[in-house]
Amino acid sequence: MSRTAELTASGRRTPRAARSRGPRGPRENPISRTAAMLVMGVFTLYFLVPVWWLLVASTKSRGDLFSTNPLWFADLAFGENLSALLAYDGGVYLRWILNSIGYAGGGALVATLLAGMCGYALAKYRFPGRELIFNVVLGGVLVPATALALPLFLLFSQVQLTNTFWAVFLPSVVSPFGVYLARVFAEASVPDELLEASRIDGSGEIRTFFTVSIRLMVPALITVFLFQFVGIWNNFFLPLIMLRSEELFPVTYGLYAWNSTINQFPELRTFVLIGALLSIVPLIITFLLLQRYWRSGLGAGALKS
Amino acid sequence: MRHMKRAAGVAAAATLALALAACSSGGEGDTGDAAGACEPSEGDVTLTFTSWIPGIEDAVAIWNEANPDIQVEVQTGPSGNAGTYQNFFNQLEAGNAPDLGQIEYDALPNFRVQDGLEDLGACADVVAAEDQFVDWTWGQVTLGTEDEVYGIPQDSGPMALFYRSDLFEENDIPVPTTWEEYKAAAEKIRDLGGYITNFSQTDINQFAGFVWQAGGQWFANDGDAWTVELTGAESTTVADYWQDLIENDLVSTYPAWTDEWNNAYNSGEVWTWNSAVWGANSIASGAPDTAGSWSVAQAPQWTAGESAAGNWGGSSIAVFSGTDHLYEAAKFALWLNTSEEALTSLNTTAAIYPATTAGLELPALQEGVEFYGGQKIYEVFAEAAGQVSPDFVWGPTMTQTYADVSDGFKNAVSGSGTLAEALAAGQTSTIAALKAQSIPVAE
Repeated sequence: MSRTAELTASGRRTPRAARSRGPRGPRENPISRTAAMLVMGVFTLYFLVPVWWLLVASTKSRGDLFSTNPLWFADLAFGENLSALLAYDGGVYLRWILNSIGYAGGGALVATLLAGMCGYALAKYRFPGRELIFNVVLGGVLVPATALALPLFLLFSQVQLTNTFWAVFLPSVVSPFGVYLARVFAEASVPDELLEASRIDGSGEIRTFFTVSIRLMVPALITVFLFQFVGIWNNFFLPLIMLRSEELFPVTYGLYAWNSTINQFPELRTFVLIGALLSIVPLIITFLLLQRYWRSGLGAGALKS
Repeated sequence: MRHMKRAAGVAAAATLALALAACSSGGEGDTGDAAGACEPSEGDVTLTFTSWIPGIEDAVAIWNEANPDIQVEVQTGPSGNAGTYQNFFNQLEAGNAPDLGQIEYDALPNFRVQDGLEDLGACADVVAAEDQFVDWTWGQVTLGTEDEVYGIPQDSGPMALFYRSDLFEENDIPVPTTWEEYKAAAEKIRDLGGYITNFSQTDINQFAGFVWQAGGQWFANDGDAWTVELTGAESTTVADYWQDLIENDLVSTYPAWTDEWNNAYNSGEVWTWNSAVWGANSIASGAPDTAGSWSVAQAPQWTAGESAAGNWGGSSIAVFSGTDHLYEAAKFALWLNTSEEALTSLNTTAAIYPATTAGLELPALQEGVEFYGGQKIYEVFAEAAGQVSPDFVWGPTMTQTYADVSDGFKNAVSGSGTLAEALAAGQTSTIAALKAQSIPVAE
């Protein structure tokens, strides 16, 4: 017995020896670890410095903006900038933020529901055309939203829906990537036995979905929600083409509209800066609140229990 | 299972129905059948108007109060070149363009070539209003025709010289009145460590203003075909002049409209700016530390004693084709651009410099401006407005021309190539672009 143990020890550590040392991952070279940290540090700076600049620039009055150190504060004028922003043009900025939350929040909610139901159906039910539908939906992931904006505009013009809330909302509730994610996750985390059991118990399919399956799919659904929220929030071309009335603009498009006239109306520069700073706050909040679901969701679907 | 099959069937049928409905509602939107006539409409009229001028809603509100039977809904958004012109084209194609739109002079030919504009020459009021406008602005909207009018001029951008009068005085440098004197002053200023001006690689319409002042022409249209000539004698003179200044490091070349550029003026590194009347606001906002030190003088001339001016910018109000209310739209556009209340409002909120001769006499424009040491700067611009040649014509694809020439200018500024070569390259690519759009080009 001990002989075989020794023979195996020549190739690799025996289980007993490994257990006595405690669990250890692959050996880490300190040099490669430092290099990795360095690269990550550089990228962190690269991503965070513009945000820092934005914060600093928002606190400066227009005169200070160009003449003082861009990465450090000068005389603080944050309060005045903020009140000027909120008062400009009859408080249109707040309206824009609400619009963005409506488009992105509402749109992402509906998109998550639709994608979740579609992915679940594709994963859990057998019906003719199932793979065809899935492949077509997957093909939709390849089409960039920008390419669809103009045809959508022409289509919506036919039904007189342009320049309305629905012009931006309706195209936003479509998420092919969400369907893909939901299907993969439903396959992995909703056991067929559970569905059988609930059918035996007499529950209809819809009821099973909403009471049992959705709970199991929560991490994936939150991921889809986050992706879709960010995607809609940042979607620029669609509002550009569809909307004409200032009251319907999302905040990204509104700030762009102000920014495009800065050369001739430089007063808007401060508003654009502080408006941009305020507009990233909802995104940051959403991410911070939902990130634990997202992190657990990324890993959970990979293991077969 | 049966439920699912039935549900699927219903869903498929509904989708198909929706798709068919969308496809079958016909190709064209409603085209106004009164395309040629300019007759008052019956009953109350609502017009839609898209503009990006800040404060336009105030001017429109004045009209709406006085005209309950012709109400105007104004819609704002990004500036023309930032997406609104493209939107206009999309909306024209979809058939839901607004009745009125703000279109800059250099974009009007583009819309005209695409048949996007109504001919306001059919309206007697418009034809009668010609005398109210500074002559060359009318030329910008008639696009070389005798009887056709494609927009009502709103504002103009006559160019003059903004300069740091305090620095010129301190250092005993005479304010240049000719381009030769300008170069001599540039050398002196360079010796003192500053730059006389910044050469912009991207403001091709400013450069066009220089060519305009020199009497040059870039485009011509005889009714049948376009002639494209960016390398004529005057254009070459202007290009060589600035090339000389760039090569001898007599002008700075910061990208315009950036923080660096603002800082260059704010810190006193750059002493002058050849710009249009609306530039007064840009300097005041971008270089606030230099308040009180600036003045405005007539732009330097090519020949001593001459008085020619260039123009940079300016826009008109145009009526899009397919509108149902040509008469009311023309009436509103005329009011907006000629009435004293509207022009005063626009001048206050957006520093619009009117294109009407009466507008140049607005009370707001007769006062001294504090930022410019109390000088009545608008007098200089009023004079310049009268010195702009009425013959300058814009081409139908200015966005593309600007972009191509700007690429060449950027190369020239970094040392490879010259401005004249950039213009030549721009000419070739513009001709190619026109041909690609089946626009006739004279050979």
